[in-house]
Amino acid sequence: MKQLIYDIVIVGGGPAGLAAAIEALKEGVERILIIERDRELGGILNQCIHNGFGLHTFKEELTGPEYAQRFMEEVKEKHIEYKLNTMVMDITPNKVVTAMNTLEGMFEIEAKAIILAMGCRERSRGALNIPGYRPAGIFSAGTAQRFVNIEGYMPGREVVILGSGDIGLIMARRMTLEGAKVKVVAEIMQYSGGLKRNIVQCLDDYGIPLKLSHTVVEIKGKERVEGVTIAEVDKTGKPIEGTEEYYTCDTLLLSVGLIPENEVSKQIGVELSNVTSGPTVNESLETSVPGVFACGNVLHVHDLVDFVSEEAAQAGKNAAKYVKRVQKDLNTLDEELMHEILLIPTQGVRYTVPQTIRPECMEEEQVIRFRVGDVYRNRYVSVYFDNERVLHKKRPIVAPGEMENVYLKKEDILKYPELSQITIKLEED
Amino acid sequence: MYDVVIIGAGVSGCAIARELSRYEVRACVLEKEEDVCCQTSKANSGIVHAGYDAAHGSMMAELNVIGNQKMEALSKELDFAFVKNGSLVVCLDIDALPNLYKLYENGIANGVKELRILNQEEVRELEPNISDQVIAALYASTAGIVCPFGLTIAFAENAAMNGIEFCFDTKVEEIEKLRSGFIIRTNKGNVVTKYVVNAAGVYSDEIHNMVSENKIHITPRRGDYCLLDKATEGFVKQTIFQLPDKFGKGVLVSPTAHGNTIVGPTAIDILDKEGSNTTAEGLNHLIKTAGNTVKNLPIRQVITSFAGLRAHEEHHEFIIGEVEDAEGFIDCAAIESPGLTSSPAIGEKVATLLANKLSLHKNERFNGTRKGILNPKTLSPQERNALIAKNPEYGNIICRCESISEGEILDAIHRPLGAKSLDGIKRRTRAGMGRCQAGFCSPKTMQILARELNLDALEITKCGGESKLLLDRR
Repeated sequence: MKQLIYDIVIVGGGPAGLAAAIEALKEGVERILIIERDRELGGILNQCIHNGFGLHTFKEELTGPEYAQRFMEEVKEKHIEYKLNTMVMDITPNKVVTAMNTLEGMFEIEAKAIILAMGCRERSRGALNIPGYRPAGIFSAGTAQRFVNIEGYMPGREVVILGSGDIGLIMARRMTLEGAKVKVVAEIMQYSGGLKRNIVQCLDDYGIPLKLSHTVVEIKGKERVEGVTIAEVDKTGKPIEGTEEYYTCDTLLLSVGLIPENEVSKQIGVELSNVTSGPTVNESLETSVPGVFACGNVLHVHDLVDFVSEEAAQAGKNAAKYVKRVQKDLNTLDEELMHEILLIPTQGVRYTVPQTIRPECMEEEQVIRFRVGDVYRNRYVSVYFDNERVLHKKRPIVAPGEMENVYLKKEDILKYPELSQITIKLEED
Repeated sequence: MYDVVIIGAGVSGCAIARELSRYEVRACVLEKEEDVCCQTSKANSGIVHAGYDAAHGSMMAELNVIGNQKMEALSKELDFAFVKNGSLVVCLDIDALPNLYKLYENGIANGVKELRILNQEEVRELEPNISDQVIAALYASTAGIVCPFGLTIAFAENAAMNGIEFCFDTKVEEIEKLRSGFIIRTNKGNVVTKYVVNAAGVYSDEIHNMVSENKIHITPRRGDYCLLDKATEGFVKQTIFQLPDKFGKGVLVSPTAHGNTIVGPTAIDILDKEGSNTTAEGLNHLIKTAGNTVKNLPIRQVITSFAGLRAHEEHHEFIIGEVEDAEGFIDCAAIESPGLTSSPAIGEKVATLLANKLSLHKNERFNGTRKGILNPKTLSPQERNALIAKNPEYGNIICRCESISEGEILDAIHRPLGAKSLDGIKRRTRAGMGRCQAGFCSPKTMQILARELNLDALEITKCGGESKLLLDRR
């Protein structure tokens, strides 16, 4: 088998992988390889032809392909290497990557550091256990998006959408613009998992009803979907008898959640969080396996790609630093003995990324990203250093669909040499 | 004029076709669906039963034990996935213990080898995740698991290789008995044959009743299943059964031949012979009762659920043989569990019967060995690279969950009785059978199907008929 050697191997050439590569190069590491399974760089952005990308990063509104293009051009200008149509088959804990494509067959790459940037996949119908037949016409929203925007086909004419994740909302508008009739969006929760702006711009503007606390209880049609029955659900998510409504349709789109794609991470032996389904990481976005970093939707599902790019840049920078330390043959044992502070999400806060912080390794400022578990109004986001409240920020509304963040300063944390826990929670006052 | 027409390309029909191809014969299999293995044979537990369940003295018992004994060698001849993993019938209630012993004795009488009653500790040693309530279990080391698609498709391909014809999308509407032989009227025209084999599964009553005054009735008995992610591999090693009741063998928890965990089936008698839809009650029942025999079942790892229909007849016995008032018409009806296990024996029994009736000669060119679709994962890296150098398509992964290459999909399309639909590809290669349930690979697989079959993408179906996936150009 052919054997290659690189300093950093980046798994995935979507927005996370591209931003990580660019930043790692800036930090002075040159032997970088991006491995992408698709026929082009850019990842899922290539099929996100709507606008709304880049407001934070570029202060202008771009489409997905335009946003990706900016990073792709930089990667190409800087001659960062990448392999397309190439699948990572395995990664060992010693960072030997086995990959495969049609031209080179199976080959191995020895890497000093690895950046996981594989993104996420859509939850399927099977995971929901929706009863009924298994006809054609049931698609995850992202698959439908690919058919419409990349392949140029319409998967349906009369559509019901289950789940109000962002891709579902975007596809409600997209299918409508292409002449399909989107009859209803049913959401099992009492709130939408999507961005507020998408509900307004993709549903309200087109008169598409959003039924909260509703789910699909039956799918009709043996060969092709003929209709679905939706019903209201109670607080526990159980359908309420007598609330059933039947909608004729030929297509059911599912936008019921995204799952970080961590099968390769598991092969490496990276520890995963039960809440995010992504690796647990420290302030450097380094996983439980030293030298293996993670960023983007494989780490936790983001709402905006701008934050993916920002996070990935941090992972790229830290991976480069790691490589330089290894090259200087510095003893990494010191790191293991470093003071580590646990971040504890509680009282409405579901998780934090990172999950731990080593003050000595921090940048001057560290962003802590998190999501809340419900819609809350007029709450304070509070940060406690052990038992002392150090931040108390009023928020008129927080919702699960939107990622939140707080910034911690290194100088503040260093004032507390005995600090063992940082707690982030929502408080009423 | 055919010597034999077999109605139904499920596991029984295909097994009969394969065994019949050992002889010089003009034979044809008629199937109303677009592919083999589209109904009962595709949606079942995939268990190779040891043979202790069926009543001693029954044909079911006899064919089960023979089928079980043949399966391992057959899996090598026909190259399909089979694992002899053993089974445990778990007794959770001291009052039910005599029933466990009855099952043991029935098995011994049926000729099942290596049957043992295990005590609590022995069961726990075999299966750490077994329920704490376990008292004892019947252990059958000869039980196994098989890929039901793999088995059926292997029979069919081997039959086709040896000269048996297959007609798909061909529905039998009427059968007329002639003085000698039959005219079978189908949606595709008439077929004339000397002998008819009725292997029509849940429809075997309707087909039988077209020619006989001694009516039979088949009740579709629905079984719902949940399939868990391969990440659960090893949760149980043996197939874990509850003690049987009047509705059958109860809900089992088992590894599959490909490393998933399967939970099921329910047993719900219905009227609709096409009623293979899961129901909320069915799935809830599974989730509730599967936990009886094992603890901490990782039910959140479910990747899909499905239902199949068993062809149940009230006497719970296979109906195999020439119909009394219809000479030349051979029933192979009421084939419910252990039908899959028994299929090699059923095939042999019916083919032998036909060979005797028709005085058939041996087919000297018969080749009983069939190579399945090459699985590159079984090759060494060197061999795999040699393969990719020769056929680059084997280096192009299409289904990432199951790691299936374009080369395997091309093989599935172009081999005898090749795949024509997404489900056809799925059953032959496993592409689309993984945790994302075809979300990622279906656009790519559809492209390959359209290119190879020279079709427009709009014509590609999920499973034939009206199951078109795309409705328009943008």
